[in-house]
Amino acid sequence: MILLALIAVLIGGGMVAAVAARWSAAAARWISLLALLADFGLGLSIWVRSAGAAGPWLVDADYAWLPQFGIRFHLAVDGLSLLLLMLTFFLGFVSVLASWSEITESVGFFHLSLLATLAGIAAVFLAVDLFLFYFAWELMLVPMYFLIAVWGHENRVYAAIKFFIFTQLSGLLMLVAILALYFFHHSTTGVYTFEYADLLGTALPPGTAMWLMAGFFVAFAVKLPVVPLHTWLPDAHTEAPTAGSVVLAGLLLKTGAYGMLRFVVPLFPDAAHKFAPVAIVLGVIGILYGAILAFGQTDLKRLVAYTSVSHLGFVLLGIFVGNALALQGALLTIICHGISTGALFVLVGSLQERIHTRELGRMGGLWATTPRLSGAALFFTLASLGLPGLGDFVGEFLVLLGTYRVSIPAAAIAACGVLAATLYGVRLVQRAFHGPNVHELRLADLAPREGLVVTLMAVALLWLGLYPRPVTATFQPAMDRVERVALK
Amino acid sequence: MLDLLWLIPAAPFASAAVLLLVGRRMPRKVVATLGVVSIAVSAIVSGLVAIAFIGSPPPGNAYDQHLWTWIAVGGFHPGIALYLDPLSLIMTLVVTFVSFLIHLYSTEFMAGDEGYARFFAYMNLFVASMVMLVLGDNLLLLYLGWEGVGLCSYLLIGFWYRDPANGRAGQKAFIVTRVGDTSMAIGLFLLFHMLGTLNIQELMARARADWPVGSGLAIAAAALLLGGAVGKSAQLPLQTWLPDAMAGPTPTSALIHAATMVTAGVYLIARTHVLYEIAPAVQLAVAIIGAATLLLAGFSALVQTDIKRVLAYSTISQIGYMFLALGLGAWSAAIFHFMTHAFFKALLFLAAGIVIEALHQEHNIFHMGGLRRELPVAFWAFLAGGCALAGLPLVTAGSYSKDWIIASASPSPALWAAAIAGVLLTSLYTFRLIFLVFFGTARTPVSKQPGVAEQIPVWVLAVLSIVGGSERPAYRPFMAHLFGATPKPPEALSTIAAAAAFFTGLVCAWYFLRGDAPATNPLARFWYAGWGFDWLYGRIFVRPVEWAARVNHNDVIDSMYDGLATLARFVWRGLALTENGKLRWYAAAIAGGTLIFVALVIFL
Repeated sequence: MILLALIAVLIGGGMVAAVAARWSAAAARWISLLALLADFGLGLSIWVRSAGAAGPWLVDADYAWLPQFGIRFHLAVDGLSLLLLMLTFFLGFVSVLASWSEITESVGFFHLSLLATLAGIAAVFLAVDLFLFYFAWELMLVPMYFLIAVWGHENRVYAAIKFFIFTQLSGLLMLVAILALYFFHHSTTGVYTFEYADLLGTALPPGTAMWLMAGFFVAFAVKLPVVPLHTWLPDAHTEAPTAGSVVLAGLLLKTGAYGMLRFVVPLFPDAAHKFAPVAIVLGVIGILYGAILAFGQTDLKRLVAYTSVSHLGFVLLGIFVGNALALQGALLTIICHGISTGALFVLVGSLQERIHTRELGRMGGLWATTPRLSGAALFFTLASLGLPGLGDFVGEFLVLLGTYRVSIPAAAIAACGVLAATLYGVRLVQRAFHGPNVHELRLADLAPREGLVVTLMAVALLWLGLYPRPVTATFQPAMDRVERVALK
Repeated sequence: MLDLLWLIPAAPFASAAVLLLVGRRMPRKVVATLGVVSIAVSAIVSGLVAIAFIGSPPPGNAYDQHLWTWIAVGGFHPGIALYLDPLSLIMTLVVTFVSFLIHLYSTEFMAGDEGYARFFAYMNLFVASMVMLVLGDNLLLLYLGWEGVGLCSYLLIGFWYRDPANGRAGQKAFIVTRVGDTSMAIGLFLLFHMLGTLNIQELMARARADWPVGSGLAIAAAALLLGGAVGKSAQLPLQTWLPDAMAGPTPTSALIHAATMVTAGVYLIARTHVLYEIAPAVQLAVAIIGAATLLLAGFSALVQTDIKRVLAYSTISQIGYMFLALGLGAWSAAIFHFMTHAFFKALLFLAAGIVIEALHQEHNIFHMGGLRRELPVAFWAFLAGGCALAGLPLVTAGSYSKDWIIASASPSPALWAAAIAGVLLTSLYTFRLIFLVFFGTARTPVSKQPGVAEQIPVWVLAVLSIVGGSERPAYRPFMAHLFGATPKPPEALSTIAAAAAFFTGLVCAWYFLRGDAPATNPLARFWYAGWGFDWLYGRIFVRPVEWAARVNHNDVIDSMYDGLATLARFVWRGLALTENGKLRWYAAAIAGGTLIFVALVIFL
């Protein structure tokens, strides 16, 4: 029941906000905020109550939906999905606050779209019926498309369509793979079911398993994104409004990582194992290629967008290295990248609101006029370039530590990715915040609302960087299962 | 008393956090008080801890304070835990005490600066990180401190951020040292993978047990850690960042780029010396790197015109001595030289700061001169520091530590000769600097005399530079617990040779190096430019990376998808042409299509 409530609160909240916006835009914002706060509280209560719970799922909610096709409305959480849900609500909360003054048109529809996207993402993390999963997977795209296409920047329609085509086409491959798995399962057991637990361990001929795995992998690889399927990302991130960028970078990409952990590896362990060297190489390429691209950008938001390609390379690497260190590292990277990059997008958004440009050439010396904003940007840039003491470092270090056990060259080259992060990090700080204030900008520093947002995110990163154990302990049981499968 | 250990990093860290968050709204007095008192707390606590430690040594001559478990994943359990033994104790004492003096100096030196709170915040954060580096009981925590000091170094070099040159210097320092850090990180992966822990004591015990002398793994691990050490300590081939780092405020140069952070590499190697003992090839490399660096940097120091750059090259050269000592297995000598160097080099920088301040930010030594009478404090400080640096025999701390290193090199004639040549060079560039700045005719009027807050640290450090070597008899057995009791090398010959080199340098500097203008011959220019390393690295690393980033700015992969889109549009246009509403076209198309199908049916 509580799981259904998580989604219902978001959709209900979005609808109420849409209606309330007819009278007051502020009401829509407050309602959205409250809905996300409520969900965060619910998630927290699950986390607290389920500490040390046995069994694969911490909470389970199973309803009949289309029984004649073996389709059930089955939601469940384990440590993995629970923490991703917490991240979803946290970043949702941040997004609403970040859009407070940025979004002034169709405020009601904006909040409906935002909360619907978040509901879709939450459903993706919750669904353990593959049909329902696919349903949620496609559902989250539509409101996301609107977020980009309606409230985005100059080139928004191009970016939105590109985003939609990439994800839609790759999603279709996954649909084919899901259906094929469904029929294979029927042909061996005589039962039609989309239930995740039942489909686990479906006997498949090796060649077929490889093809089906590829179908899933491509869908998730586009989302993650894996080079060379990443080119929708910089456009979508750059053109989206701040909330859209935060949700894209912080959450939507993570659905790809989640999909690989939940489906690709457990459903097709042998195929995934055989495919792992390819994925590891792709991950390492992504780390370096993304970093070099980020280094070459002159649009601040695009620069931040490309850093995601690099960081998510670590996630791909960690998942396919598949030992406990690397898996936990990948998960921590997922969470921390969501927060640090999300915060950078919030700050870039604040900056764009003030100077109406994202071009680094139009900035410079901002420290003199906005010390709080600049200091915050420095903080999150340092997180992004892997400064120990902040969360991103722990994640990436664990991934590399785990990778070293599998492939020394991969670990060594990926470690150079951290070095490359230094290049774009110091360049960002230098071009935007240090140097002379040549354009003689005089800007308002962070308002209390913006300050609250970045403070929350900074505290979260410090916590994850110095005491990540509550998070890793929650991930542990789920990761043990993935690791067992991967090693089989 | 020992359980107060955690306060040593915690006090400056807390103060840094407060200053970063609300420092801008605080009165300057409060900022200064907070910044200095927090370091004073650290220094006092380390003093108390030292008394307790030496008074009643804990079992095993080491004290471990476990604060909390940092990470616990798959057999990897690094703690936030502090480890105190003679080595970390000496380091902590020197770091906190010298930091305190330099912070005190800064209250006056930075008084007019708009970024007063930011300066103290970064400096406090630096001290906290440096102490973590020294006290961390595992390599991951050491790495945390290691990166933390690197960050503070970057921020403080670029402290006056309005000038892009300062920003470039900071970036260069950060990136070059992080090249070394990457090597070090890979070393940590290797050590954890092979030995299953990053706890330093366990690592050393396991390495000694598992790896025979000369084993490939030991060599690889030691070499990878060495990569980190040469980056941080500005040794060949990663020494290029330190001269540029002088762009930062002078107290920063004194604290970070002379006394403490740049010696972190020395500490790392001393801390993991077991690894180098079972990897003799790498240990020899350390000695060679040290010897080569001390000569190279010495020659560069000889022709610099910026007072701080002379001192920067001198620092590189002196750390070269420490590396030489490490490479020779004279671990205690290296740390002893770290200590005396921290005193006299901090002193020289603080005195240089007084000179620069007095001459309206003049850095060029050829525009100085005759300051002996105008700035007596700076003169006497420079004389004390310079004599210690060049190693005035029997009187100064520097001579005790350096002679120890030179004597340790006596088994290897080549290294010994390099060390003696280094003394000659040191004496030459040191006295060239002193003669040019303090003797001769005055060229720039003096506008400011140092106040009390600047004078106290200078006097204290001057005294330490002279007498700081006298505790060597007590120091030796204290460190012997850790490094093993090495026989005292015969010093007589080395001392005599070093003394001869010292006086030769002094006399030659007086007669040949007091010219009115810098040397301009090609060799001097080559040395001046740091032996062309910047030029070389610019060609083979910086430009190619920048070129690749610029050329691929629009992502070549995306253009493939664009090509796909163009193709689709082209096909669509072609097909759209056929839909033109002309009946004749449709009829012809139907007929043609039928024909093709019939042909297919018949022929296949």
